[in-house]
Amino acid sequence: MARAMRARMQPGETTDMETFTAIILSMVIPLVAMFASMALPKQDNLRDGITFVCAVATFAVVLVILSNVGGGSTAAVELIEVLPGVSLAFNVEPLGLMFALIASGLWILTHIYGVGYMRGNNEKNHARFFACFSAAISGVMGIAFSANMFTLFLFYEFLTVSTYPLVAHKGTPEAVSGARTYLSILMGTSIALLLTAVIWTYALTGTLDFTKGGIMQGKASGWIVPVLLGLYAFGIGKAALMPFHRWLPAAMVAPTPVSALLHAVAVVKAGVFTMLKVGVYIFGIDFLAETGASEWLMWLAAYSIIAASVVAMCQDNLKKRLAYSTVSQLSYITLGVALATDMGALGGGMHIAMHAMGKITLFMCAGSIYVAYHRTEVSQLSGLGRAMPITFAAFCIGAISIIGLPPMGGSWSKFLLMVGAVDAGQQLMIVVLMASSLLNVAYLMPIVAKGFFMAGDDKVPTGFAEAPLFCWLPPAITAFGCLVLFVFAGEIQTFLAGMVN
Amino acid sequence: MAGDVEIREVAMTLHAQLPALQIVVPFMTAPLIVFFGKRETAWWLAFLSCSVSLVISYLLLMQVIGGGFISYQMGGWAPPLGIEYRIDAANGLILFLISLVATITMPFAYRSIQAEITRSHTLFYACLMLCFTGLMGMVITGDAFNVFVFLEVSSLSTYVLVAMGAERDKRALTAAFDYLILGTIGATFFVIGIGFLYMATGTLNMADLADRIQGQESSRTVRAGFAFIVVGLGLKAAMVPLHLWLPRAYTYAPSAVTVFLAATATKASIYVMLRFMFSVYQPEFVFHTNVLQILFIPLALLAMFGGSFVAVFQTDMKRMLAYSSIGQIGYMLLGIAMLNQSGVSATMVHMFNHGITKAVLFMGVGAFVLRAGSSFYDNIGGLGRKMPVTGAVIVIGGLSLIGIPGTAGFVSKWLLVQAAFENDMWPIALLIVLSSLLAVIYVWRVFEVIYLQAPNEWSEASDPPMTMLVPMIILAVACVYFGIFTDLSLGAAGTAAEALLNGSFGMAEPSLDTSALPLDVPHGAGDAGADATGGDH
Repeated sequence: MARAMRARMQPGETTDMETFTAIILSMVIPLVAMFASMALPKQDNLRDGITFVCAVATFAVVLVILSNVGGGSTAAVELIEVLPGVSLAFNVEPLGLMFALIASGLWILTHIYGVGYMRGNNEKNHARFFACFSAAISGVMGIAFSANMFTLFLFYEFLTVSTYPLVAHKGTPEAVSGARTYLSILMGTSIALLLTAVIWTYALTGTLDFTKGGIMQGKASGWIVPVLLGLYAFGIGKAALMPFHRWLPAAMVAPTPVSALLHAVAVVKAGVFTMLKVGVYIFGIDFLAETGASEWLMWLAAYSIIAASVVAMCQDNLKKRLAYSTVSQLSYITLGVALATDMGALGGGMHIAMHAMGKITLFMCAGSIYVAYHRTEVSQLSGLGRAMPITFAAFCIGAISIIGLPPMGGSWSKFLLMVGAVDAGQQLMIVVLMASSLLNVAYLMPIVAKGFFMAGDDKVPTGFAEAPLFCWLPPAITAFGCLVLFVFAGEIQTFLAGMVN
Repeated sequence: MAGDVEIREVAMTLHAQLPALQIVVPFMTAPLIVFFGKRETAWWLAFLSCSVSLVISYLLLMQVIGGGFISYQMGGWAPPLGIEYRIDAANGLILFLISLVATITMPFAYRSIQAEITRSHTLFYACLMLCFTGLMGMVITGDAFNVFVFLEVSSLSTYVLVAMGAERDKRALTAAFDYLILGTIGATFFVIGIGFLYMATGTLNMADLADRIQGQESSRTVRAGFAFIVVGLGLKAAMVPLHLWLPRAYTYAPSAVTVFLAATATKASIYVMLRFMFSVYQPEFVFHTNVLQILFIPLALLAMFGGSFVAVFQTDMKRMLAYSSIGQIGYMLLGIAMLNQSGVSATMVHMFNHGITKAVLFMGVGAFVLRAGSSFYDNIGGLGRKMPVTGAVIVIGGLSLIGIPGTAGFVSKWLLVQAAFENDMWPIALLIVLSSLLAVIYVWRVFEVIYLQAPNEWSEASDPPMTMLVPMIILAVACVYFGIFTDLSLGAAGTAAEALLNGSFGMAEPSLDTSALPLDVPHGAGDAGADATGGDH
């Protein structure tokens, strides 16, 4: 491999061997967990223990990268030239590093939670489940450290394929049809639109490398720019921009740990992460601002934000409601790109972290409620807060973060997005964001209120009766995380600033 | 010391004779098999001769992968009078593909044939060797009439091989008969075309033909010859609408035969078509006659959508794959029609990549047939869980068929779309990706059947024996390998496309004299990459 490997040096950028090894390890360790899971279908404790160790190791490896690189970025290391001028290449830059940190960090918690959930719920085929889960994490790490659009696309598809068995996990007709929707939208959009966009970009510019300031300057103009942006925006189906959002509610048939990590953090964030990468490193924020090519996308994102919130209000199924909430929140990030200002992009980037922490809390709480009382509908939750105070408190904190109120992390990213809107001269977008916050209050807070203040039916115990420890502890930790993120938002902003200027 | 020199000379002579051995070894194996008349011996002989062919074709490919060609004069008769074998990167790659698939199919065939055919195993192997020889001959030869001879050798033995499926399903007989009639019509058209060319030029050597056609482009004879040749080869290559023989032949032939034919037969014909279009006639001629715009692009699109669309509705996996092949041939023809470096590279590399992809998928079907007795979706439900390795192999093959990044199929699709963009034909680029969505549907239907349906209660299916599993695994690994390490496939395809598009195939070309070649050509697979990057794209 050493023969084919060469680093493309740019002034001031290098990749030392340790960082490079760490990048590769971050993808390989989850694969080790995958093979271990497949090899040990019967030894539950050993298997889950190995995966836990691998999850911790992955997080540690990403921390090593963080301590080596910090907020800077490294040169791309090309592993193999797959097509002329198109290589499998990796590098570290702030946005990707943050994404890797979130995904690997939350993997540890979700794994603990997943073990509790799968056992508490007597689900079948644990080995297959955890194997696919680990594979998906490996794909996420690949996406996070991709140095060009081709590499990203490769891992993007790998993520789709590896999560399909997770959505179809239960094997019921419902799960099969949900998985079919999931796959057909994600793969359909990526093959028909994203791939076209990628190859078109390559044909126009002769490169696919993520470059600061974009690669389109002087290569594309006129109608091509908005059309190409459209191919990307819709092609990245994982970003769940309307009208290609239906896979996300459909995927809610999956066991809750999948919804929590993959469909609140890894998969959807891989989508908006790609969107940000494309906006910042392929088109370039300045280029988008000059050409005004992203204005239509801004309006579509705004529509998506409001419409999905409205739909969320009408959902009685808790997970579906959270799913539509995710659709709405993801469009915040798309909006951040479409505003075509540095602040907008920064706000979008930060929202990846904030929303991940908040939404994973909400999903894990929903799963705990299901494990403990097998309740799935919002209307069945009355009085449960008194039996499960920790779960509902965590839910409340997560909800506040999603709404965007201090002292939770979500308030900062929303603030930055609003600043970005002002910079872009689009004051109307502030109204959209405010309206969305109100809608969030309307569909999230009643759940908390019902739980704590309404009288439950006769099956709800009056005393303290929480879900198993493994189920309530992780959401409690992530809820605390929302609070921590509020305090450290400044650091994250400084960290991410490296991607725009 | 004297001994050393002697060995060196023998080696040198052998090395120079490689092009002839490429054909003679498998060709002589066929009568030898019949002569010994024992099943075991027959299999060993066939396997051995395929392996030797594989080594030879690899050695030949490595010599020409960077450019240039090898000219070999049969019996020492100089062309254009004698028959010339001429190997460059284009046919080097196809020779390698055919012998690779043949070698890997052999171990698979052993058990598969035992299960599907009870009698005449020796004759089966003899026919398979003849078919193999015919395909290799079509590709290696530089003589137009010789192409026809080898085409018939391969066709006649193919009819027999298809008919051997009759034991499992009597419809194999009518399928073989259909193929016989249509194949003969195709071959006749081809030979008529050659006749016209001979009439106009008085020669049959391709290089000589290329020289003499110059200046006669407007001659009606030359043009009619072109039409006959394209139609004749189009029929053998299952180009829509001349594809009618293919689905039934592939469906009812014994599994091992389908594996071999699907991966190689149509590819050889497409190669010959490429050779005639670009080397005998010139790219400019093809361009001026508008045959690409008027004929190839619409027909290729029709194949891509029609073939894939029909595949979606099949209930038999084998038949579904057959229709998918028709669609995939459309991609290859579309690549030719793009008439640029990326497009012709896409065609060349797709022949190779699709060859290994289809081989692995048909092997998977063969394993299902062995264990479940049929390849209907009703019968193979849930088998992916009972036969985990087979299932995994089919998943990899299926992903490669769709063209998921990281698999071989992706490389060719990428090049094809890129070629369309380079020509500013973005509607065609869109149509290519849209048609591959149909592939998602028909492939995922199989995945759902083999994984999500409940297996039959009574079914005790398990993975097939090692002799079948190992070839499947090798090909599945190849599907991934050639999706990432493209030095060999894309290197050869790039060189080939360049040479084909230059159109220079005349006698005056300086040839790569085989006897002058250094003996230490890199032989190990590990070295392949170092040399393969030669194509400057």
